[in-house]
Amino acid sequence: MIGFVFLAVIALAAIGIYAAMFKRNLIKIVVGINIIASAANLFLVSLGYREGGIAPIFTGAESLNMVLATPQALTLTSIVINLAVTALMLSFAIMIYRHYGSLDALKRRLKE
Amino acid sequence: MILENAPALAIGIPLFAAFAVFFFGKLGKRAMKVWVVAGLLAAEVFIIWLAMDALSGISHFYAVGAQVPGIISQAGFPVRVVLVVDAVSALVALVAMSLCLLAGLFSLRFFEKKEGGEKFYSLLLLLAAGITGLSFTGDFFTMFVFLEVISISSAGLIVFFREGEGFEAGFKYLVLLAIGALFLLFGVGIFYGKYGLLNIGAIASLVGVNASFIDFTAVALIASALLLKCGSFPVHMWKPDVYQKASGIVSAVLVASGLVGIYALFRVLFLMLANTPLSAMVGWVIAILGVFSIFVGVTMALKQTSLKRLVGYAAVAETGFVLLAFGTGLAAVTSMDIFSFRAVIGGMFQLVNDGLDLGLLFLLIAAVGFVTKKKRIGEISGLAHKSPVLAVLFLIGMFAISGMPPFNGFASKIIIYESVYMASPVFSIVGILGSVMLLAIFVKVFVAIFLGPPYKGKVEVLPKSMLLVMCIFAFFILLLGLFPKQAIEGVFLPAAKALINSQAYIGGIL
Repeated sequence: MIGFVFLAVIALAAIGIYAAMFKRNLIKIVVGINIIASAANLFLVSLGYREGGIAPIFTGAESLNMVLATPQALTLTSIVINLAVTALMLSFAIMIYRHYGSLDALKRRLKE
Repeated sequence: MILENAPALAIGIPLFAAFAVFFFGKLGKRAMKVWVVAGLLAAEVFIIWLAMDALSGISHFYAVGAQVPGIISQAGFPVRVVLVVDAVSALVALVAMSLCLLAGLFSLRFFEKKEGGEKFYSLLLLLAAGITGLSFTGDFFTMFVFLEVISISSAGLIVFFREGEGFEAGFKYLVLLAIGALFLLFGVGIFYGKYGLLNIGAIASLVGVNASFIDFTAVALIASALLLKCGSFPVHMWKPDVYQKASGIVSAVLVASGLVGIYALFRVLFLMLANTPLSAMVGWVIAILGVFSIFVGVTMALKQTSLKRLVGYAAVAETGFVLLAFGTGLAAVTSMDIFSFRAVIGGMFQLVNDGLDLGLLFLLIAAVGFVTKKKRIGEISGLAHKSPVLAVLFLIGMFAISGMPPFNGFASKIIIYESVYMASPVFSIVGILGSVMLLAIFVKVFVAIFLGPPYKGKVEVLPKSMLLVMCIFAFFILLLGLFPKQAIEGVFLPAAKALINSQAYIGGIL
C-alpha cells in the first residue's frame, strides 16, 4: 500500500521537473516548482505514516506510545518556506512582465 | 553565561536585528545605521570568540534548547538540533560574516540620498543570519531551512536596485536554488526514512559502517543541491548573470554565501563518504568539475565586455580551484598521504582567499561606479590620473586573484598546484594555465579603466568609510601573502584537520 505513495511522489516530481525544465512561460515554471514541492511534502508525510499509530495529541490519547511528529513538523516548515519562495518568484515574474512585456523565457536579454 | 550561548547568539542576533531594523528606520537614518552596524558587529565578535576557541582546539557542540548535545529519545537517537562550531565551520563563518560586515560598512554611504535603506539592511542581516546558520548547523533539516533563508534574502538583494534585467537574473537564481533545495529535501527525506534521524553526525556514523545504494542516492541529491549553490561547472550559468546585474556590494555578500555553500558540500561529503569505497570516485568527479569550472570560467571571461560579468566568470574559475583541491583530498581520504592532506590545506586557504579577492574586486567596482556616477564601466578610462588609490587597490586585487607573488592567491595556489600534481599532472597544468589567463584578462581590464588619457568627467571624492573597508581587504590580502607559513600553521592546518577528521565531529554529537 505504502509503495503506491512513493510511486505518486516520483510521478509528481517528474511532472514538476518536466514543467520547470521545458516550459517557456515563467508562471508555468513556478507552478512546476510548486509541484516538485508538493512531491517533497507528500514524501515527508508518507515517511511518517505508521500503520495503526497513535497521533501525538495528549488530550484523550489511548496510550502514551505515540508516533514521532518530526515528519509533520518538517512538512509544515517546508510548506511555509515554499509559500515564501513562490510569492517571491511570482512577484519577480510580474516585474519581468512589466520590463519585457512578455513572460516567455526565451525572449531574454541576458546573454553569454 | 552569554558566551556559552555564543553559537545560537551568532545566528540569533542578526535575525533579530533584521526585523528590528524597520523600527529603527522610523527613528531616522543615523539610528538605523548604528543599529545595523551594531548587529553585525555583535555577531562578528561572537564568531571571532568562537573561532579563536575552535582554532586552539576547543570545539563547541551546542544543543538548541538543552544542556548537553547527547539528548537521546526513547528510540535511541539524538533529537535536538545541534550547532557544531569546530575549526573549519568557525573559520568559514568568520570569513563570511566579515564579508557581510565589511559590505555593510561599505554600503553606509550609498543610502545617503537613496530611500529604502531599511529594506536593504533587513535583507543583508537576514542573509548574514542564514550564512552563519548554514555554517554552524549540524542537522540536515536546518541546513535546508538556512539554504532557503539564504536564497530568499539574496534574491531580494539581487533585484534591490530594480534595474529591469536584474529581475531576470534574480528569477533565474531563485528558480535554480529552489529546485536545488527541494532536491536536498528529498535527500534528507531518504535519510530520515532509512535511519529516522536528521542529525548529520549521527547519520554519518551509521552510513560509514554499512553504506548502501539508498545512502549514495541521498548523498548525491544533497551534493547536487550544494554544488548548485556554490556555482560549479555544469550549473554555473546563474553566477555571471547574477554578478553582472547585482550591485557590487551585493555581489560581495553573495561571494560569502557561495563560500558557505562550498563548505557545506565538503562537510557532508567528507562525513558521509569517509569510510566508503565511493569516496575516490566522488572525489575525482568533484576534481574534474573543478577543472572544467576553471577552464570554462577563464575562457568565457576572456570574451566578456561587461566588467561585472567578467568578474562573475572569474568567480566560477576561483570556485573551480577550491573544488579541485578538496576533490583531490576527498579522492584519497581513506589513505591520507601528505600530498592529499596538503591539497585540503590549500583548498581551505583558497576558500578564504576567494572571499578576500573577489570581495575586494566587487567592492572596487561599486566604488568606481560611486565616484564616477556612470552605470556602464565601458565609458570610463584613464581613471588612474584622478583616483590613484583605486588603481593601486585594483592592482592588488588583480594580482591576488590571478595568483601572483607576494599576494595571498600565490600562497594558496602554489600549494594546490604542487599537491594536485602528485595526483594528476594534467589538472595541475590546467590550473596554472587558468591563473595565467586570469592575469591576462585582468591586465586588459586594468588598462581599459585606469590607463590612457586622463578621465574627462567629474570624479567625486571617495568616502573615507569605503576607502577604509577596501584597505582592510588589501591589508589581509598582503598579510596572508607575506606570512603564509604562520597563517597555515595557525589557521588552515587545524581547519583542514577538522574537515577530514569525521570521528571528532561524530564523537562530539553522540
